[in-house]
Amino acid sequence: MIAVRKLVKRFGPKTVLRGLDFNVEKGEFVALLGPNGAGKTTFLRILASLSRPTLGEVTISGYRLPRDAAAVRQRLGVVSHLPLLYGDLTADENLRFYGRMYGITDLEPRITEVLKLVGLENRRRDLVRTFSRGMQQRLAIGRSVLHDPEVMLFDEPHTGLDQDACNMLDTVLREVAARGRTVVMTSHDLSRAADLASRFDVLSRGKITASASRDELGPDRLLSFYRQATQTL
Amino acid sequence: MERPLTDYQTNTLQSETATGERISTLERVQKISPNLWKATLAVVRKDLTAELRSRELLSAMLVFALLVVLIFNFALDLQPRLRVTVTPGVLWVTFIFAGTLGLNRSMAMEKDRGCLDGLLLAPVDRSAIFFGKAIGNLIFMLLIEVIVLPVYSVLYNINLFNPGLLLVILLGSLGYVAVGTLLSTMAVQTRTRDMLLPILLFPLTIPVVIAAVKATTGFLEGWTFPEIQVWLNLLVVYDVIFISVAFMFFDAIVEE
Amino acid sequence: MKQAKPIALTVLDLVTLALMIAATAMVFLYAPLEAVMGQVQRVFYFHVSAAWVGMLGFGAAAVAGIAYLRTGNMQWDVRGMAAVEISLVFFFIAIVSGSIWARPAWNTWWTWDPRLTTAVIVELIYAAYLMLRQGIEEPERRARFGAVYTLLGFISVPVTFISIRLLDTIHPVVIGGSGGEGGFAMTPRMLQTMFFSLFTFSVLFVDLYWHRVRLGTLARQVEQLRLKLAQ
Repeated sequence: MIAVRKLVKRFGPKTVLRGLDFNVEKGEFVALLGPNGAGKTTFLRILASLSRPTLGEVTISGYRLPRDAAAVRQRLGVVSHLPLLYGDLTADENLRFYGRMYGITDLEPRITEVLKLVGLENRRRDLVRTFSRGMQQRLAIGRSVLHDPEVMLFDEPHTGLDQDACNMLDTVLREVAARGRTVVMTSHDLSRAADLASRFDVLSRGKITASASRDELGPDRLLSFYRQATQTL
Repeated sequence: MERPLTDYQTNTLQSETATGERISTLERVQKISPNLWKATLAVVRKDLTAELRSRELLSAMLVFALLVVLIFNFALDLQPRLRVTVTPGVLWVTFIFAGTLGLNRSMAMEKDRGCLDGLLLAPVDRSAIFFGKAIGNLIFMLLIEVIVLPVYSVLYNINLFNPGLLLVILLGSLGYVAVGTLLSTMAVQTRTRDMLLPILLFPLTIPVVIAAVKATTGFLEGWTFPEIQVWLNLLVVYDVIFISVAFMFFDAIVEE
Repeated sequence: MKQAKPIALTVLDLVTLALMIAATAMVFLYAPLEAVMGQVQRVFYFHVSAAWVGMLGFGAAAVAGIAYLRTGNMQWDVRGMAAVEISLVFFFIAIVSGSIWARPAWNTWWTWDPRLTTAVIVELIYAAYLMLRQGIEEPERRARFGAVYTLLGFISVPVTFISIRLLDTIHPVVIGGSGGEGGFAMTPRMLQTMFFSLFTFSVLFVDLYWHRVRLGTLARQVEQLRLKLAQ
């Protein structure tokens, strides 16, 4: 589903990603772990077609980036730590706007469906500004699945949420991932990632330094696995 | 506030995992990306809806514009004799200052909650985003101008109801907004943000100011049409050049 | 990594120096005294030359801007920046010497002449350009925005010039024209001096440009080394 080969990203003199290889099969839920500044967000922005690779190949569902950016965008749902929503619009208006941008023709039932999915159907006519952080984040997930994407990218979705909101978010994330979608999520919170993902990759100093599936690892060994992977270089 | 998820969990699971449901959802997503015009309209509509609700931008622009007129009144001591010669200048300075305010605010709104990324993630051509924002900005600026004109007419007992004048205002605002939308997208991505916009924008819009002020003077003083036409032509040339240039460069400003 | 100063550059430095001395000598000794304006007219040679170099830099910056947007090569950003800085200084010289000219010619320090006013607007565009660059941390975005802004400036300046020209003009049209008020007729010696000054300043531009690009390149290398050390 996602194939990345020898990806290099430089910002001026600074090299953030140095020859990164990364593959995700259909239906996998990959947690991308790593310390701050390891290049997780940069990598995700490249996958999201928001940033161009300096060198290397990125293919998502058979489409090359940045050449086929429009086709990739049509198949991609992105949730970042910012909600990407307009505070002065209602939940309904936000979804309606994004629905139009994605060219969804029969919007009304789809919006109802999505709001139900993220548990906000009774806040449909309320301004996003009045939403709690957790509700905004759930609506952001609703926005990202509006066009029924095959691939989902979550960039630190738990940032700024309290324990309850995190749990609720996890339920929705699991829900969204359970539809046979392919998911890549960055996180620095190991326990959250451990609950959700089926595979753990560690990104350190611009490369994937380790990868292990949930079955190989078991929940107890994740921490030691992570420690080892970030120290190998 | 946040309800337990159990009650809807089951029924959405059913409705979404049913294969028929998924296919129909996919069908709703058009095969080709939505055309440019539809996406442009969506952006304009979104900006207008948000503005009609909060009225933050329009009220700030309007109050600011009226304050500028008021300040000019005292700063220039607008004597009846002087008024006709000074009016075009006062009007355009007012419009341009108020316009800067609107341009900044409109882009800050996109940057605030990461919405600019949200727009860029949509499978539409970037020009839809540029034209959408520019048309929204133009509408706001024209609204302010249409309100300021009669107020100014009443305050100074000058007849500003002149179809030619409206044409000048439209042409002048068009070029100004095209460059302004591009530069505000640039300014909002810098550390100094809104402070930077007038500094970037004003030196590039001097032709608009010259031509618009001259054409306005022409219409108010009743020049012959060929005399005014020179300035109208200049405005049209500026508009054509800068709308196409701004549209060309927009990609380079938003793509990393 | 090249560190030593290229020999060609040293040679060019010396040639530039010699040419500058020769040009100065020509302006004061070879060119005849202008009948109406007197000694002040001698400022004219360097005024025109400085304005010429300013325009050269302005054009170079625009070319570098296009090249950067096409290739994404950071070296073009260094070249664009170098051209802008040199152009900034020379336009400033042109503006000040124009002002010195204006005093005896039109009895005022400043005239809203299209060419002079346009030069001031270019200076303001460059000032805005420098402030824009200062506000951006990330080098690649800085280069991108800088390139777009120099191009916008480059496109706007002719339109600005025409608009101001349509307003009014009192600048002397020296070459080809009969000379407006404050103008003068050029003798062959004057022409020779002017063209020699133009040539000298062009060489001076190349020399300064070379130095500035070299400096920018070295600064980039230092930055890279610093990052390598930090890792």
